[in-house]
Amino acid sequence: MNPFSSGTRLRDMIRAIRSCKTAAEERAVVRKECAAIRAAISENDQDYRHRNLAKLMFIHMLGYPTHFGQMECLKLIASSGFPEKRIGYLGLMLLLDERQEVLMLVTNSLKQDLNHSNQYIIGLALCALGNICSAEMARDLAPEVERLLQFRDPNIRKKAALCSIRIIKKVPDLAENFINTSASLLREKHHGVLITGVQLCTDLCKVSSEALEYFREKCTESLVKTLRDMANSPYAPEYDVAGITDPFLHIRLLKLLRILGHGDDDASDCMNDILAQVATKIESNKNAGNAILYECVGTIMSIEDNGGLRVLAINILGRFLSNRDNNIRYVALNMLMRAMAVDAPAVQRHRATILECVKDSDASIRKKALDLVYLLVSESNVKPLTKELIEYLEASDQEFKGVLTAKICSLVEKFAPEKIWYIDQMLKVLSEAGNFVKDEVWHALIVVISNASDLHGYSVRALYRTFQTSAEQESLVRVAVWCIGEYGDMLVNNVGMLDIEEPITVTESDAVDAVEVAIKHHASDLTTKAMVLIALLKLSSRFPSCSERIKDIILQNKRSFVLELQQRSIEFNCILQKHQNIRSALVERMPVLDEATFSGRRAGSLPTSVSISTGAARNLPNGIAKPAAAPVADLLDLSSDDAPAPSSSGGDFLQDLLGVDLSPVSAPSTSQPPKGGTDVLLDLLSIGTSPPEQSNSSASDILCSIQDNNAPLASLNDLTSLSPLSANATSPASPAPVMDLLDGFGPNLQKNEENGPDYPSLVAYESSSLRMTFNFSKQPGNPQTTLIQATFTNLSPNVYNDFLFQAAVPKFLQLHLDPACSNTLPANRSISQSMKLTNSQHGKKSLVMRTRIAYKINDNDVLEEGQVNNFPGGL
Amino acid sequence: MIRFILLQNRQGKTRLAKYYVPLEDSEKHKVEYEFRTHKVIYRRYAGLFFSLCVDITDNELAYLESIHLFVEILDHFFSNVCELDLVFNFHKVYLILDEFILAGELQETSKKAIIERMGELEKLD
Repeated sequence: MNPFSSGTRLRDMIRAIRSCKTAAEERAVVRKECAAIRAAISENDQDYRHRNLAKLMFIHMLGYPTHFGQMECLKLIASSGFPEKRIGYLGLMLLLDERQEVLMLVTNSLKQDLNHSNQYIIGLALCALGNICSAEMARDLAPEVERLLQFRDPNIRKKAALCSIRIIKKVPDLAENFINTSASLLREKHHGVLITGVQLCTDLCKVSSEALEYFREKCTESLVKTLRDMANSPYAPEYDVAGITDPFLHIRLLKLLRILGHGDDDASDCMNDILAQVATKIESNKNAGNAILYECVGTIMSIEDNGGLRVLAINILGRFLSNRDNNIRYVALNMLMRAMAVDAPAVQRHRATILECVKDSDASIRKKALDLVYLLVSESNVKPLTKELIEYLEASDQEFKGVLTAKICSLVEKFAPEKIWYIDQMLKVLSEAGNFVKDEVWHALIVVISNASDLHGYSVRALYRTFQTSAEQESLVRVAVWCIGEYGDMLVNNVGMLDIEEPITVTESDAVDAVEVAIKHHASDLTTKAMVLIALLKLSSRFPSCSERIKDIILQNKRSFVLELQQRSIEFNCILQKHQNIRSALVERMPVLDEATFSGRRAGSLPTSVSISTGAARNLPNGIAKPAAAPVADLLDLSSDDAPAPSSSGGDFLQDLLGVDLSPVSAPSTSQPPKGGTDVLLDLLSIGTSPPEQSNSSASDILCSIQDNNAPLASLNDLTSLSPLSANATSPASPAPVMDLLDGFGPNLQKNEENGPDYPSLVAYESSSLRMTFNFSKQPGNPQTTLIQATFTNLSPNVYNDFLFQAAVPKFLQLHLDPACSNTLPANRSISQSMKLTNSQHGKKSLVMRTRIAYKINDNDVLEEGQVNNFPGGL
Repeated sequence: MIRFILLQNRQGKTRLAKYYVPLEDSEKHKVEYEFRTHKVIYRRYAGLFFSLCVDITDNELAYLESIHLFVEILDHFFSNVCELDLVFNFHKVYLILDEFILAGELQETSKKAIIERMGELEKLD
């Protein structure tokens, strides 16, 4: 015998490994041991096989590779003594799993052992089989296991039952064979066999519906009786846990009853009594009792409706919520969330307790409680709930604030009963936690404010007041600055005072002060400062007396290192000095932002290049008048390959509107920021000249000469001297088209009437309830653009409310959609809407459009989608 | 159904690990609170964490009870068990575990029955 091999006993090896001070030392010891073991294996050493495998298992637990020991396991299993078999099976379960092919070799040994005379060996084999058998082994050995389900020894029966669970999980087809024998297991007295039998039946029901039916018919009553006997049984020391006899069996029985009762009235009736008994009599001061109650509640919730029981269950959950143990509160919240689907009013009753849980000291309970509160909110209780949540917002800690803010904002948006309340709540949230609020949220707030025209005065005054106190919340500052800029005159003149407001005197210079604070504040970032500059421009038009002061503030940014600010300040300064005549027109009140399209965009439901009715407004923040739309379209097509103007993705459309877009001020272009300056130059220089291509090349020539200078300031100054040339050229021309753009789309409609229909009208979409017809016309000299008049006819006797038409076109098309003449479509009537479609691939590709029409009949939403492929040729 | 059982000490050293579902070796070293479709239930006894990974639909409180029962059995078997006992007698711990849980489900709920059975098995060794 090799003196090195297996000399150390297991205990000594463990001690040696534990006394190693460093990982390297440990590795050395392990390597030495592994070498010894490998030598012993190759020599087929019989004596210490047992010990070697134990050592190998320990080494495996430490994380080292031990696959060379797998065959040893097999040899040990094949030997005849019990200790060897035992360690062999143990090694098998530890070192191998079902995916290894080596496992197949064990099948034969297993089969022999399952038929062994020594019941302990049978037990070993069942154990191994139950833990790691693969599907093929399961199939091979299933008959043996079935037979063993009726063995005389209860220990074997229970192991066989659990083994069968694994078998039917691996091979569901074999489930039928086990149904009868498992039913007989349910009548056992021995708790071990009973609990394993119950588990087997549970899994059989999950796997096979046939089994479910069988058990439901035959076994429900006996199960109920067993549970009743156990609940009423006297003290049994062997199974007692905290005063309850075998809580585990209670729980398993309840679980099986749940599966049997789900969806079946008769079975549910059977169980009502025992469920009520368990729910009321079990004590809940220990964890075991609570576990049973928890399972009972779960069962009550899943079986068919019994009002009294449900109320009882929810009350139990309510009690759980006040329990001192965190675990119990947590599982109660979980279960309440699932109960919401089943019985919402009952959960509402515990609203106060749940609100308390939002303020719990444990973070995961807080989160779960907040989720649950979110589900509980409805129109009737949104006001008090939001009030509570906002109060808590002030007290909560930083990490929770983010989550809480997001939830409050979405709650407020979904359920706001009136706009003024919405604005109030949002102001509170912004002033408390504005830094956590996402961009979409304050964008949405601005959309709402702009839509609530009677609340403009109120909003701007409230914002002004809040701004005085909470100027460090970035989002609040942005919203306040935007509103002051837009509605500054309302602020100063106290326009549109509501009854609940206190009078407030704000002079023009106070308003300008407020805005100036925002731009000077050290924490204001680029977005805020950019918005302030625009607001100042608007104010200079609304408050002519402060014009000089505003000009000074704007000029202070002339030398800013940030390109965006520098650019804006120089452009606005230019407008202030030289273009007084168009200034007021430029910064007129913004047209109302379309809420429906905005929320549709936000939901991501509309693909790119969906049209918007406020197309013209996009040009306003530029401060540069652009003449008619057509050259703009061409310019856009040339400057980028991607879809131009309307198709900036997602929320960018609103960013552009607010002048917040940080890519070049010529919002349509999607080129990179470094090129930003270039595009602006192109815009500046291409105004008033046609065709655009020529101006592009001339612009680039001039650019080259300018960029030689190396002084960015100098080049921009040159440009500003250039701009008067082009501006002057355009100024006679500009007022008229600018006015046209800002007046809406009247001119387009008039042009429609001039041209007779050159193309046949088209029924673009027809269903049993709605028809949409397109009438086409083209302007002379503009073959790429088609003017379409869409007529929607209601073919049903119902009235359609909130009618909304949306369209999507591929990238080579550009679509401008005018607002519809009405949102309501009475029965058998029509409304019309016009749109303009520009085809950049005119002649090469024909028009195609996808449409979506949404309306409401008696508060039910209806959605009709379609695709229009059959546009007349030549469009 | 129990997916795996882990015994770990405060430093993260695994004292016992039993898997009823095959997992990649890398996954074996990752335990998250709600790990894919399962959840982990654990309780700390002195310096050892007893963790069970079970299905989402299982009753957590019941498994807490079963952890406690297991600890009681170990305590009885080793007479005031400590971590070292578990280290040096790991093969016996596995045997106890195999008598208590099989194929991911509870096998026997009576402490007395399991201890008796272990006694019989020890005699055969």
